[in-house]
Amino acid sequence: MKVCFTAQGATLESLSEERFGRAPYFIIVESENGSVEAIRNPYADGGGGVGPKAAQVLIANNVQALVSGQVGGNAKEVLAAAGIAMYTFSAGGSVKDALDQFTKNTLARSG
Amino acid sequence: MKLAVASGKGGTGKSMVAANLAYTLSRTEPISLVDCDVEEPDLHLFFPAPVTKRNVTVPVPVIDESVCDRCGKCGEFCRYGAITVLPNRVLFFAELCHSCGGCMLVCPKKAIHEEQKQIGTVSFSLPFPDLSLFTGTLDTGSPHAVPVIREAKKQAAAAGDPVMIIDTAPGTSCPVVEALEGCDACILVTESTPFGLHDLQLAADVAARLGIPAGIVINRSDGNDEETLRFCTDHDLDVMMTIPFSREIAAIQSRGDLLSRARPEWQKDFMALFLKCRALAGVD
Repeated sequence: MKVCFTAQGATLESLSEERFGRAPYFIIVESENGSVEAIRNPYADGGGGVGPKAAQVLIANNVQALVSGQVGGNAKEVLAAAGIAMYTFSAGGSVKDALDQFTKNTLARSG
Repeated sequence: MKLAVASGKGGTGKSMVAANLAYTLSRTEPISLVDCDVEEPDLHLFFPAPVTKRNVTVPVPVIDESVCDRCGKCGEFCRYGAITVLPNRVLFFAELCHSCGGCMLVCPKKAIHEEQKQIGTVSFSLPFPDLSLFTGTLDTGSPHAVPVIREAKKQAAAAGDPVMIIDTAPGTSCPVVEALEGCDACILVTESTPFGLHDLQLAADVAARLGIPAGIVINRSDGNDEETLRFCTDHDLDVMMTIPFSREIAAIQSRGDLLSRARPEWQKDFMALFLKCRALAGVD
């Protein structure tokens, strides 16, 4: 299953990003084989409506779960309609830390 | 002539200056006063009178899901994220829509048509025989002030009065730019505080970028205006009027009265301000 983490940089060592729509990078991890892909979020500096636009990036990449700090109302509606599960990671730390917690199933589900 | 009253900082006295200017001028010629602070219009407090209201609407897309084949072209086109196309349905966020109509144009199936959605009102009143007041009001929860401002100005222009005075919102964002657009001159009202000066600098920059000649009114002056005066000298901005910090003026304002009505000797000061604005605009 493909899990997306919001991040400030392009690697697993990068700090996780609290915001969803304006996260600089989306780090997508394939949980079956551990492969990692980093996508630069084209809407990070967008003017408005970035939440639904960013959600479309996840849909286009067949993501099934999202781990982020805060997901706005519009983005949440799109992600929920697309069947993408949402988990909250707001403790701070790297994407690797978030991935560890996701794997141990200790993150709260937010949608 | 179209004259805007703007400020940058809120609470400096834009509406006070606009209301007194309009009241003074209306004693000699027909004036249209337009309240473009549509999120919090308050000029009507100075001019209680019966109003007639007209609704302001904007077009928003309606998607016929029985014709739509979820190709996604509308969602790709919409730069505001208002439309998201999923494999089995289309999501539309009305509050993100800017009513550009692009989705309708790019739809290959012609599955989209537009319907009108109300976002605010424009009220008209005639508090004095030669003073028409147009008040734009944005509906609570509606995010787009600009179409309401545009409509208020349009209705005022249709009245055809020789002078239009436009009271803008504070700040320097889209609603202020929309209110300033097409104006011949602009009064920037400031106060002698660091906040007043900081925001005056931003507002002066906006007026300059729009190519609108601007002059300054210092309100609630405590007599220590050196920094503001220095800024004005450096940027070639004329200080057209200074209104003192006065308990008496505050009391007049607080009871909803007009300085130029309660103390008619101020009418010559507001008339002098208007003549300076005419000169700024290059109108003789």
